[in-house]
Amino acid sequence: MTDVQSEVTAFLARLDERNATRGAEPTWIAARRQAGAARFEALGFPTRRDEAWKYTDVRAIARGDFALTDSADFSPPSAAALTLPLEAHRLTFVDGVFSAALSDLGELPRGVAVLPLSQALAENHEAVGGPLGRLTGVEFSPFSALNTAFMEEGAVVRLAPGSVVEKPILLQFLSRANGKPVMSHPRILVEAGSRSQATLIEHHVGESEAANFTNLVAELMLDRGAILTHYKLQEAALGDLHVASIHVEQGRDSRYTSFNLNLGGSLVRNDLIGELNGEGAEANFYGLFYGQGRQHIDNHTLANHNAPRTFSNENYKGILDDRARGVFNGKVVVKRDSQKIEGFQSNANLLLSDRAEIDAKPELEIYADDVKCSHGTTTGQLDEEAVYALRTRGIDEQTARGLLTLAFAGEVMELVDLDAISERVELAVAGKLPERFNLAGLVEASMALHDE
Amino acid sequence: MASQEMEQLVRREYKEGFVTDIESDTVPPGLDESVIAFISNKKGEPEWMLEWRLKAYHQWLKMTPPSWAHLEYPPIDYQAISYYSAPKRPEDRPQSLDEVDPKLLETYEKLGIPLHERAALAGVAVDAVFDSVSVTTTFKEKLHEAGVIFCSISEAIRDYPELIKQYLGTVVPQADNYFAALNSAVFTDGSFVFVPKGVTCPMELSTYFRINAANTGQFERTLIICEEGAQVSYLEGCTAPMRDENQLHAAVVELVALDDAYIKYSTVQNWYPGDEDGKGGIYNFVTKRGDCRGDRSRISWTQVETGSAITWKYPSCVLRGKDSIGEFYSVAVTNGRQQADTGTKMIHIGEGTRSYIVSKGISAGRSNQSYRGLVKIGPRAKGARNFTQCDSLLIGDQCGAHTFPYQEIGNSTATIEHEATTSKIGEDQLFYCQSRGISEEDAVSMIVNGFCKDVFQELPMEFAVEAEALLNVTLEGAVG
Repeated sequence: MTDVQSEVTAFLARLDERNATRGAEPTWIAARRQAGAARFEALGFPTRRDEAWKYTDVRAIARGDFALTDSADFSPPSAAALTLPLEAHRLTFVDGVFSAALSDLGELPRGVAVLPLSQALAENHEAVGGPLGRLTGVEFSPFSALNTAFMEEGAVVRLAPGSVVEKPILLQFLSRANGKPVMSHPRILVEAGSRSQATLIEHHVGESEAANFTNLVAELMLDRGAILTHYKLQEAALGDLHVASIHVEQGRDSRYTSFNLNLGGSLVRNDLIGELNGEGAEANFYGLFYGQGRQHIDNHTLANHNAPRTFSNENYKGILDDRARGVFNGKVVVKRDSQKIEGFQSNANLLLSDRAEIDAKPELEIYADDVKCSHGTTTGQLDEEAVYALRTRGIDEQTARGLLTLAFAGEVMELVDLDAISERVELAVAGKLPERFNLAGLVEASMALHDE
Repeated sequence: MASQEMEQLVRREYKEGFVTDIESDTVPPGLDESVIAFISNKKGEPEWMLEWRLKAYHQWLKMTPPSWAHLEYPPIDYQAISYYSAPKRPEDRPQSLDEVDPKLLETYEKLGIPLHERAALAGVAVDAVFDSVSVTTTFKEKLHEAGVIFCSISEAIRDYPELIKQYLGTVVPQADNYFAALNSAVFTDGSFVFVPKGVTCPMELSTYFRINAANTGQFERTLIICEEGAQVSYLEGCTAPMRDENQLHAAVVELVALDDAYIKYSTVQNWYPGDEDGKGGIYNFVTKRGDCRGDRSRISWTQVETGSAITWKYPSCVLRGKDSIGEFYSVAVTNGRQQADTGTKMIHIGEGTRSYIVSKGISAGRSNQSYRGLVKIGPRAKGARNFTQCDSLLIGDQCGAHTFPYQEIGNSTATIEHEATTSKIGEDQLFYCQSRGISEEDAVSMIVNGFCKDVFQELPMEFAVEAEALLNVTLEGAVG
């Protein structure tokens, strides 16, 4: 017990140091900080005795010693190499600190605001105080409490009713290889007005030696008829620790599509919660996680059908190699009197190594009778007959396995509209199958064969 | 759509509700070491058994009741329960059916189980349990010829201490969980089956449980052992009289299958579910586990759960032996304010182990039902295979159906499939039947029986008939 206490105290001491150097703040922020700290102190870090953390051990975070940083220095050429090659309205954060130099918002359409949280607070803190924390309170988890206690920076996106953002909005989070690991607690706040439309990309990437702790909270509010596509591409360094809580609130006839693509991080936990509050609201949760080495990737999703005639559709694919461990926990809840609901859930996992492990728990909690809900989960290995079929056609075994692995991920990846992202993922998955799969090589080989 | 007759059928009173008036030899409510000593003494147990019970009791004192299940019930006062109740005259037990207390036989008559007929015609040996003490055991001779031991656990403790010492508590340890620990401390009766090497039990074995005497929890302990190549099919069925106080039932069932053995365990459970408001009714907190210890062994659980106010039950298989097989077939029906949290655990340890799970849940009225299952594949379970299907059928808009399947897979050569659906009886299906002159009620019954078919066909013949009838009675009129 004393152990747990000292872990909590270390983080709170860090907070006290920070508070001492911080200037005057609006009272509501100070109050929430306090509430977050108090809640975190009461809860402590979750242990495996907590049902929601049964398969995920967060001691790597709890026992870590993380500093806070104010520097956003990052070499521009290496940042450019990491940035997704697409035209976008871009905000860049380095270890959680906003970097104006690496940001490029370009020209935003009328009625659309994309700005760092610090700036939004400076301009009109009251406009932020209302929505911030409305979906993700300090009660949600020890990590959301911790985030609330530390929150300083992040992104605020406001879409006026009827506005359409053609180019994606890219929020780029860079992680540096620091002498001492640092932590950051970014907030993302999206208010999508009625019938507005946008694509949001959350990109986590960094230097390969980085070993920082990111504890993100995102709140996305979709008003009537709003359409938001949210890509989360998490390809942080293999030493990074990443925890994210994403809450989505959906009004009538709105549509939210999430692509939760996780390739990096040593310990990753994502909570994605959709509140379908208005009739006709639709939520699509697509996910892909690829683990290797000793990576641990945990995805929790929850679709709350709070209104009749709401739809949710979920498809998560997991690929695990070496000693990686994956967790999938999907839940569909249908409230009483939420009739005419459709909720589908599918999770397929591929184990490439004998020591890889997957813990899957697809849940349904249903209190209405006129519903169509189903879930399916499979776990298996590559089909040896398919491997054989490819080999009889002159493809070597390694390539055949690589191809089939990519094909397995394909079901989710083919829904990705942005080539820059799907290429990054496919290349990463292919690249992470060393010597096994090389798309370019394969194309060359087949062309050579054709020429002959 | 719900017509008035249906309303009436829903309100139908529990048919099996009556109390047999037999003077019980009951200890005052409460639990301490002296009560355990009393039970042990009453059963004429050896010293080591009392020690075993006390060890469990001390473990139990340190434990807290589980709270993770999707159930709601007020805390149970374990000191308000009487832990022993036996029909009078335990010393001069009846030697044959003729000597059995006629009131008891009457009770069975009311339940529609004419013992003589059943025993003679169906060829079933019945070890009837009436409030904790076995009163009659039939077909002992025939079983004896085959070398099969089938008796109450108390007799087994006296007559076969070596077997008990070797196997009791090896599948469900004393401190396995709160209710199992309680059971280990205070169990009063249950069945013991031992099928020796190479023997196929010549008949299906059956025990009828019946809870009687107010305020008495019934703590059954069943142990079934199948040696190499042996086979047995065991039937368990129960009904209980109507009563207003919640009765606790915390049974433990242990199955041990050695090489090539096959145990089939079937249950039909129709205990009193409580009245319309959920008052009364049995709390059924059961620990059932089978251990496929031998290679190529097979354990199959089949259950039809229609009764009890609360069901907390997860018949499980530990698949230790190479190529062993675990099966679980379940139909659970809840109506009124019943709550059920049930499912199975399949623990794959050995190579080439296979498990198959089919769970059908039907919720009606204001009931809540959860499927909670675990499929765990250990690192050494090469080529393990699991298929799980759990379907829920909702009848009415006030009920709930939930699924909590856990999968822990630590072996890449394993193949795991899980499917679940939740739906209601389609209006088009009903219309289709009705347009062919089938009444709404018959149509519902047809559809529901079709929904449960995969499970019913696993039941032994006489149970299957009973199960279908039970299902129809439980659900009659619940359609809207």
